[in-house]
Amino acid sequence: MFKILDARSLASDVKWFKIEAPLVAKHREPGQFVIIRLQETGERIPLTMADADRKAGTIELIVKAVGKTTQELCRKNAGDTISDVMGPLGHPTEIIKCDHAVLVGGGVGTAVIYPLAKALQNEGCFVSAITGGRTRELVVLEEELKKVSDAVYATTDDGSYGFHGTVADKLKELMADKERPIGVIHCAGPVPMMRAIAELTRPTGIKTIVSLNPIMVDGTGMCGGCRVTIGNETKYACVDGPEFDGHQVDFAELADRLTAYRDQEQVSLERAAHACRLEAASS
Amino acid sequence: MTAAAFPPSPLAEGTSLMALSPKERMAIERQRMPEREPMVRNRDFREVNLGFEESVAKLEADRCLQCKDGKCIYGCPVGIDIPGFLELISAGDIKGAAVLLLEANSLPGITGRVCPQEEQCEKVCIRGKKGAPVAVGHLERYVADWARENLDMKTLLADPTGFRVAVVGSGPAGLTCAGELAKKGHDVTIFEALHQPGGVLCYGIPEFRLPNDIIDSEVGRLREMGVKIICNVVIGRTFTVDELLKEERFDAVFIANGAGLPIFMNIPGENLKGVYSANEYLTRSNLMRAYEFPNFDTPIIRGERVVVIGGGNVAMDAVRTAKRLGAKEATLVYRRSRAEMPARVEEVHHAEEEGIIFKLLCNPIRYLGDERGWVTGVECIQMELGEPDDSGRRRPVPVKGSEFVIECDVAIPAIGTRANPLLTSTTPALKTNKWGYIEADDKCATSMPGVYAGGDIIRGAATVILAMGDGKTAARNMHEWLLTQTPKSKS
Repeated sequence: MFKILDARSLASDVKWFKIEAPLVAKHREPGQFVIIRLQETGERIPLTMADADRKAGTIELIVKAVGKTTQELCRKNAGDTISDVMGPLGHPTEIIKCDHAVLVGGGVGTAVIYPLAKALQNEGCFVSAITGGRTRELVVLEEELKKVSDAVYATTDDGSYGFHGTVADKLKELMADKERPIGVIHCAGPVPMMRAIAELTRPTGIKTIVSLNPIMVDGTGMCGGCRVTIGNETKYACVDGPEFDGHQVDFAELADRLTAYRDQEQVSLERAAHACRLEAASS
Repeated sequence: MTAAAFPPSPLAEGTSLMALSPKERMAIERQRMPEREPMVRNRDFREVNLGFEESVAKLEADRCLQCKDGKCIYGCPVGIDIPGFLELISAGDIKGAAVLLLEANSLPGITGRVCPQEEQCEKVCIRGKKGAPVAVGHLERYVADWARENLDMKTLLADPTGFRVAVVGSGPAGLTCAGELAKKGHDVTIFEALHQPGGVLCYGIPEFRLPNDIIDSEVGRLREMGVKIICNVVIGRTFTVDELLKEERFDAVFIANGAGLPIFMNIPGENLKGVYSANEYLTRSNLMRAYEFPNFDTPIIRGERVVVIGGGNVAMDAVRTAKRLGAKEATLVYRRSRAEMPARVEEVHHAEEEGIIFKLLCNPIRYLGDERGWVTGVECIQMELGEPDDSGRRRPVPVKGSEFVIECDVAIPAIGTRANPLLTSTTPALKTNKWGYIEADDKCATSMPGVYAGGDIIRGAATVILAMGDGKTAARNMHEWLLTQTPKSKS
């Protein structure tokens, strides 16, 4: 059992957790993920760690309540437990030294790029961070990013906060700044967003690293469920990734494979909602 | 499960065994394993075989000719004294049989169910020269099931040695090695990557062949012997092997992290939705219990028409699972003929009984899909057998112009695995071969002192019993090696 030491809501359906997992914390590097299972009947899902404290033996996760498992997790609070936390998994992010590194996070994808800011700054990079969301509510970690980045831009698609436009629109602006050429871009978020960023930078050749989030089961390479096509080659995101050269990724396939269980997810969600209503009615 | 009562034990009481004459032994027919009705059992995940009754077990054991220096012992990868334990069954001393069996094999409840006996002990059985060989596997299972109900294993432990051993992986090799080392008095910790111990026994082999409670009880027995099992630890990521030796101060390490990454055929359409590796399909169903979705959260695509590609045990497990998940047509596609199938004879037989369609001498060339990215069929080509290849089996050769399509909504290649790089890539001192498997000698020793390895990570995909044989070999040699060392806890 893994204990939740602290939890707080970042938005109506986004929550931050600090979890006691000393063995995971000890080796965790930016870019790595854990696989969690909430309880005996639960599924295994991958979540990228936003941070870790080796001395305290804790890891941090930022979770958006989307499916049944993430909704259930987001109802948990300090003192609650998680049955299984396995990791750290995947290759750590390769930190490339350059003059200007840009981090692009969409929604909770920002949790993936957030830990890179400090690592890149330590390498002497000027770090620009773009954190975006559909609307103001969904822009996360802006304050935290400000502490470890040289410039932070919040964007909203609906213009309710910060820059009015997508993260790609903002990146386009930064790319146009000839004073500060971009050496590397790290990007994490929904597939269409990562795809848009990769398409934007493709003609320029700017190295664009994306963190992929396919469906996984074991996370150790054993099942092959997380296979993605990278430059016409099949790779396993859990052991070969989760980060890949964005210009090589077959995003259309990734997006499609993510829909494989849409019907079952709906069944699970409806059942969970029903159980919730029953609980509410009986309490 | 047959729960046998404690049987009378004439040998233990010193009475001599009334020996049957060879003629009398030869007159007994091989006893049939009672099985559940094929068309009933193919709808659920409960065990197919029901197990022998005591009287049937005794009768079957009576068939053994009690050869001196029986060939069957050498046919067994863990060297069980087969005539010995069969004689004790004959004599009604099931406890004696259990003790003898457990001396050589710490997981008889598992091997009695999943060993390819027809390739091992039963293959060389002299009784089989005329009629059927003795049903060694069924008898092993009988004794193991009796022992699980009736035997206390704790008495067999040696005094603590002060040595601490880490075992990487809790599959058949790891469990066996851990059990053997614990018996010798070593302090053993198993690290398991998944949330549940058992490795391939849990995620790979379905419950209708090996019920989870058998694994649980074997694992429970190890725990009673003092073996610690820590789940959710991935060696190579959570700890490296070097850290186990240096920081965690283990005296020795046994690596048994198992078969690795599933192989795909590299043909078009493999990433369509509905195409699963057998590992994923079986892991979802067995380990994650997707067959109980939505009571369990993990989903699985329940195909109406499912095609499984391959001829091994994993392919059989997958195709029979598909049937149980409700497939109207569950088809096995294999590129060679029935005779070359590497699967256990019993599994092939069970699969046929359960209504699995066999398409032999047939090989997939691509997967077809619809505009929504779902697999809709497998295009295959007919094969014929040519000259023998490296494996000694006749090489299948495609027949020109014989392409045809099998329509399906789920397709499952079950054609093997390749080495998992997670552990080896973080342990540079560990020598691997060109396929990425760990190099180990006949003592299971690796290129690192005190580090041993066994099972699929040194062999490539093999069987449960070969992995257990490695676990046993490694334990024996680790024990000898440890006795030349000083425990780190005392230095």
